[in-house]
Amino acid sequence: MKQLQMFRMVFVILVIGLALYFVFPLDKNINLGLDLQGGSHIVLECVDSPNAPVDSDAVNRVIEIITNRINPEGVKEPVIQRQGERRILVQLPGMDDPQEAEGLIGKTALLEFKDQNGETLLTGAYLKTAKTSFDRFGRPNVILEFDEEGAKLFEQATTKNVGKILAITLDGQEISTPVVQEPIPSGEASIVGQFSVEDAQRLALLLRSGALPVEVKILENRSIGPTLGRDSINRSLKAGIVGLFLILIFMVVIYKWFGLVADLALLICMLLMMGGLAILNATLTLPGIAGIVLTIGMAVDANILIFERIKEELQMDKTFRASIEAGFSKAFVAIFDANVTTLIAAIALLYFGSGPIRGFAVTLSIGIVVSMFTALVVTKLVLELLGQRLTEKALV
Amino acid sequence: MNILSKADIKFVSRRKLFYTITGIVILISLISLLFQGFNFSIDFAGGTLIQLAFKESNVTVAEIRNVLGEMNLASSTIQSLSNNEFVIRTVQVELPERQKILETIEERIGVFEVLRVETVGPVIGQSLKQLASLAVIFAFVGMIAYITIRFQFKYAIASIIALAVAVLIVLGTLSILQKEISIPIIAAILTIVGYSINNTIVIFDRLRENLKTKIRSPLGEVIDLSINQSLSRTIYTSLTTLLPVLALYFFGGTLSDFAFVLLVGITVGTYSSICIAGPILLEFDKKGTISAKKIPASTQKAVEQEIKVVKKVKKSKKKK
Repeated sequence: MKQLQMFRMVFVILVIGLALYFVFPLDKNINLGLDLQGGSHIVLECVDSPNAPVDSDAVNRVIEIITNRINPEGVKEPVIQRQGERRILVQLPGMDDPQEAEGLIGKTALLEFKDQNGETLLTGAYLKTAKTSFDRFGRPNVILEFDEEGAKLFEQATTKNVGKILAITLDGQEISTPVVQEPIPSGEASIVGQFSVEDAQRLALLLRSGALPVEVKILENRSIGPTLGRDSINRSLKAGIVGLFLILIFMVVIYKWFGLVADLALLICMLLMMGGLAILNATLTLPGIAGIVLTIGMAVDANILIFERIKEELQMDKTFRASIEAGFSKAFVAIFDANVTTLIAAIALLYFGSGPIRGFAVTLSIGIVVSMFTALVVTKLVLELLGQRLTEKALV
Repeated sequence: MNILSKADIKFVSRRKLFYTITGIVILISLISLLFQGFNFSIDFAGGTLIQLAFKESNVTVAEIRNVLGEMNLASSTIQSLSNNEFVIRTVQVELPERQKILETIEERIGVFEVLRVETVGPVIGQSLKQLASLAVIFAFVGMIAYITIRFQFKYAIASIIALAVAVLIVLGTLSILQKEISIPIIAAILTIVGYSINNTIVIFDRLRENLKTKIRSPLGEVIDLSINQSLSRTIYTSLTTLLPVLALYFFGGTLSDFAFVLLVGITVGTYSSICIAGPILLEFDKKGTISAKKIPASTQKAVEQEIKVVKKVKKSKKKK
């Protein structure tokens, strides 16, 4: 075996090994987009209102509050990101009810703590978090935690109102009327009352949902339930497998043993694509799957070009081996130029596309690069390894 | 399986016919685009989409329409995906109103599962339109630049014309059938941009190579030869690409429309690569300026080597 060939073989095996290592187990290493696993993608925009103009600080505060609202809900791996000056992207994977997410973050209510005279002592803007807990008798209660400034204000409020009601209102409606038992200087308070665990949780949620410093509008909400996501995966998987199967057969019918080698290259191409997705930590979306299905069809193109070229060379009365060499070297320029132009379109999508479209552009781009590698390097290597065992009859 | 390998179809001399057919189809497309326009999805137009699956399977579109009508949403479109699954598209409705709609539907019609909820404000749609146009412009400029570097500017323009033909006919089809233009559809159109040019490049690559060896033949003949030589490849590749897309069309659910655009696009793109791209190139060559001067050194070397090999082979055969 020639040294160069040896080197190529080691390289191909290494690449395949690497892909196998990164891809499996599939469910852990391939990130599914919200459209496949179900979840909510929400874009919020902070808008100016007469009392509360938007500034950078306010946007950060909104992000903080939304994070506080969401975290105790047990959403796994939520994404809450600032986008540009005033926009906030919220992604909540795995929500069961598509309606729920907006309810969770969409409240823009004003939370206030009022004394018996109805005077506002402090607002929810100072509230860091509210959560449910149990007191030493096992009764559910709600723990409030204020930030530094809020702690001072709350200390004043509680000192003045010992033994009196300190009403908590949301948009002017009383949601809880606890009686102050003692001054609270720590910035931490608990509301104890006759409520069930559910009541306590609801109250904690309402408290957390209180007072955003500025008005927030929902620009975009795309929420997909887990059923539809699963259905999409199943359908596209079926389409992919059927498509793959048809092409595998097609190649063998048209190119016989050479077709079989191309089929092997195609299967390796699929594996490497998944490996590429895993290594880049890219997210697989529904249009992304479409990109993979499309790549299945386009991946064999390079091999078709090469094999057609080999056939032509054979018709020119060349030897079988010389025809293979010529087929590969002459088809290369066409394969290269054609793939680069397609890649330009894919990159345009990658650059200007958003969300799911980017997912499509990612799989398409990976597919173009990987299919060139498998069609040129892997196919050639396998053909060389088969060497003398291949004759003209293997192709025509 | 060598049906296509010896094809000798005179594409160039039939170009007037191709131009006429293409022109008529484009004209129909343009008329539809002008008078009917597009049916933009909520991605672009803004609005709310709710997809429901009822537990019972005897729900009708009319029942849902009645409920929506009472809530001043009579202009909504309701699409039934199966006998219990429906997609409702309305103007943008906020969460409280949306909940009211859903509660009313549940009360009046039956229990359901909410599969999907999407609301998109008009601002998002506007910026999406801008981004989509930018993507197309970027792709076109990038391709023209690349083809000019690798071939000649004339090749670039001919490829882009063939491409524009394919895209226009796809857009026309979408307009005539009033298919929804959503984000995935835009992605499909851009894929056609990439795919259709791919076929043209392969034909032009062959032309570039042939021009090197067939210096004395008229350009039209060399173009025909190049198209014919790559014909089996063009058709096989289109077939292998159509196979999985067809599967996607039949199994794809929400991806069916996406696959439909690809089906039309791949077919039209293949046609325009074969019947338009090459012949158009001839139109640009009234002064005989198209030549093989821009062959990359690697191909040239390969071609020369091959010529030598052929000579050797022929010599050795003669000896025998």
